[in-house]
Amino acid sequence: MAALMQTEGLVRHFGGLRAVDGVDFRLEPGEIHALIGPNGAGKTTFVSLLSGRLPVQAGRITLAGQDITRLPAHARVRAGIAYTFQITSIYPRLTVFDNVALAVQSRGAADIAAGVAEALGRVGLTGLDAQEAGTLSYGHQRLLEVAMGLALKPRVLILDEPTQGLAAGEIEGFKALIRSLVPDTTILLIEHNMDVVMDLADRITVLNFGRVLAVGTPDAVRADPGVQDAYLGGHHAAG
Amino acid sequence: MAAVLALTAVGLNLVFGVMRVVNVAHGEFFMLGAIGAWFVTQYLPVPAAMAWIAALVIAPLAVGAIAALADVTVLKRLKYDPEATIVATIGLLYIFQQAALSFYGPDARPVAPPFHLRLQLPWFGYSGYKLFVVVAAAVILLGVWLMMTRTRAGLVMRATQVDRETARNFGIDVDRVYAGTFALGAALAAAAAVLIVPIQQAHYLMGHDPLLLSFIVVIIGGLGSLRGTLVAALIIGLSDGVISMFFSPTLAKIIATLAVALVLVFRPQGLFGAKE
Amino acid sequence: MTGGARIWALHLALVAVLFAALFVLPTYHATNLARIMVLAVFAMGYNLAFGYTGLLSLGHAMFFAAGMFAMGLPTWHWGWGGGPALLLGLVAGGAMAGAVGLLALRTAGVSFMIVTLMFAQAGYLTILYFGQVTGGDEGFVVEAAARSLFGFDLSSDVPRYLAALALFATALAGCLWLVRSPFGRVMVAMRENEERSRMLGYDPFRVKLAALVISGLYAGAAGAAYGLLFGYVGGSFATIQYSILPLLYVLLGGAGTVLGPFLGALAMFYLIDITSGFTSAWLFFVGAALVLLILFAPKGILGTIRERGARWLP
Repeated sequence: MAALMQTEGLVRHFGGLRAVDGVDFRLEPGEIHALIGPNGAGKTTFVSLLSGRLPVQAGRITLAGQDITRLPAHARVRAGIAYTFQITSIYPRLTVFDNVALAVQSRGAADIAAGVAEALGRVGLTGLDAQEAGTLSYGHQRLLEVAMGLALKPRVLILDEPTQGLAAGEIEGFKALIRSLVPDTTILLIEHNMDVVMDLADRITVLNFGRVLAVGTPDAVRADPGVQDAYLGGHHAAG
Repeated sequence: MAAVLALTAVGLNLVFGVMRVVNVAHGEFFMLGAIGAWFVTQYLPVPAAMAWIAALVIAPLAVGAIAALADVTVLKRLKYDPEATIVATIGLLYIFQQAALSFYGPDARPVAPPFHLRLQLPWFGYSGYKLFVVVAAAVILLGVWLMMTRTRAGLVMRATQVDRETARNFGIDVDRVYAGTFALGAALAAAAAVLIVPIQQAHYLMGHDPLLLSFIVVIIGGLGSLRGTLVAALIIGLSDGVISMFFSPTLAKIIATLAVALVLVFRPQGLFGAKE
Repeated sequence: MTGGARIWALHLALVAVLFAALFVLPTYHATNLARIMVLAVFAMGYNLAFGYTGLLSLGHAMFFAAGMFAMGLPTWHWGWGGGPALLLGLVAGGAMAGAVGLLALRTAGVSFMIVTLMFAQAGYLTILYFGQVTGGDEGFVVEAAARSLFGFDLSSDVPRYLAALALFATALAGCLWLVRSPFGRVMVAMRENEERSRMLGYDPFRVKLAALVISGLYAGAAGAAYGLLFGYVGGSFATIQYSILPLLYVLLGGAGTVLGPFLGALAMFYLIDITSGFTSAWLFFVGAALVLLILFAPKGILGTIRERGARWLP
């Protein structure tokens, strides 16, 4: 099975800090893949390299076999990679409708209103079209951002700590939403909430000090002694 | 000329370095200094030399006070937002310029230099006053440099420049520092004007050229870098004369303005500035 | 969409009022209004770049002057007619904006302001340098023969007013349509959150360049029209003042509103008209207005109204 997205020997450092230090990575189509690791392991940097927000210093990134290493961020979005920010980044002064419409327009849909309605419906924000996005609750703003990502109809949706700050009930709803997205969309998510990770992920990649520590199914990763030492601390309780 | 330019440009650079604010009205502080000098020498009933020296002290202080006032009433309220401050300083430019027009009139008026001295060197006679200007400017610049690096006030300014938030957390009254910096920048420009005004004349539009030149110097030298400003001032001050000999002054100005634009586009840190 | 119809009706009403004003106002004010309308077109163009896309340029005078001279020089030296010259002015403004934008848009914020200012200064100085061809600071009077459009003599009041009104109405319609279109949304998005827009697939450079070129087209058309209608072309229109004026109009009227530029132009024009009546230092009031506006009412007249309740105002 050909990988949807793949990196070879990806490197990025900042001065003396080797944030991403030769990472080989495979993302299979239709899977939910979680990226975990202690703070400072390089997860957000790695994902920034994938989405194009940071330029690569060495290594290759391919999407469906096409080399996208030198492709600028906005072009990667057009190629099918959507990214939601760790710190919610929407247009607070625009309406919910406008926020999603921008995503729908970007993929070139003819009927913007229909595209917006569909995206809002999937995340459960129907009816809030006219509200100013900045006045939404934090949980709703995060959902709005996911809606924007979905409205792009991407091949790969990258979520950076999506459940952070959500209440328990909202997290359940979020998990259901993610499960509904595959296999049409492939999901890569960075998460610290181990319950979510173990529950959702088909496969997990563990990063530490910019290097891959382990890759595999949740059970395999949980059992891996190296991972236990470095990150899980021997138990599988939430970090 | 280059010395005076350096003085003015350093004032502009100081304001930008510490406050991250581009003051488009900087040329007007220069002009106000010159006009202030005129007023002082006109109305102070002492011999010309003394009056001029008095002007050298009074004018920068007065202009500095005006600047501090402008900072407190306008700039601070804008929270030093970069784009808003530029618009506001443009407004201030017109206010100062036209106020000068109203109270001073549209004519250019001379101010007597404090002494007349011609040095006869083997190659050419050189006005002793011009040499004095260079020396005086150098002395003032040295004083500024010493202040910035040796005194506590200078340390406070540099701390605020590096990190505004941290400085505030250390108990430094950032607003006062900003007002003071703005005043100092203006005072430097005013002092430069007082030095040059016996050679040129005081005119309400005279702020325009120094502004443009200071901009050129500061940007090419690198915003925020004192050393860069000095070097650039030297280069530009001297080359201005040279270029004007070969090309028309208009063409020289065209080249200069385009140079600034291109430097900003392709090498925003100028010659010596640090990359942000 | 009833909201859309209401908005178009409002703007059409303004055009209708301006049309009627021709028959009601004394000649002095009617001519002023003609000037204001052309300047409003300039300001509308500026607003598209500044108010909607967030590009604070200090060099728009060069686009205005480009249009003016692209109109004026061919009519003076080569005997062109008014219509083609006007079109050339329009294109010149856009082309200039494109050329400058390619360089200037590599910078942002304060640097962008300074770069545009510098280019505009260089433009003005170039006009002076080639004074024999351009007339320099003194300028030149536009050939009487060129000042006619479709047979109407533009130097007489009524055709001139109507021509200005036609230009204004077209520009207004164009602006309204653009702002409410998907691309208009993208312009605003670029201003509100550039990083987010990039991550939605929009190329910031291309969007900003497009906005700047459109802005230049408006400025060029306004410059050409101003010269053609009022018969004078001069280097003074390329000075910093003519970069500050559209900024002022837009700030006063309301940045990011379609009707704001016109309101701002109207108010500011009469403020200047009145103050220059009793002092030669009328620029003082311009400066004071700038400072007061940016301090207390950065959203301008319509902007504040929109904020306070009329959210639907484009």
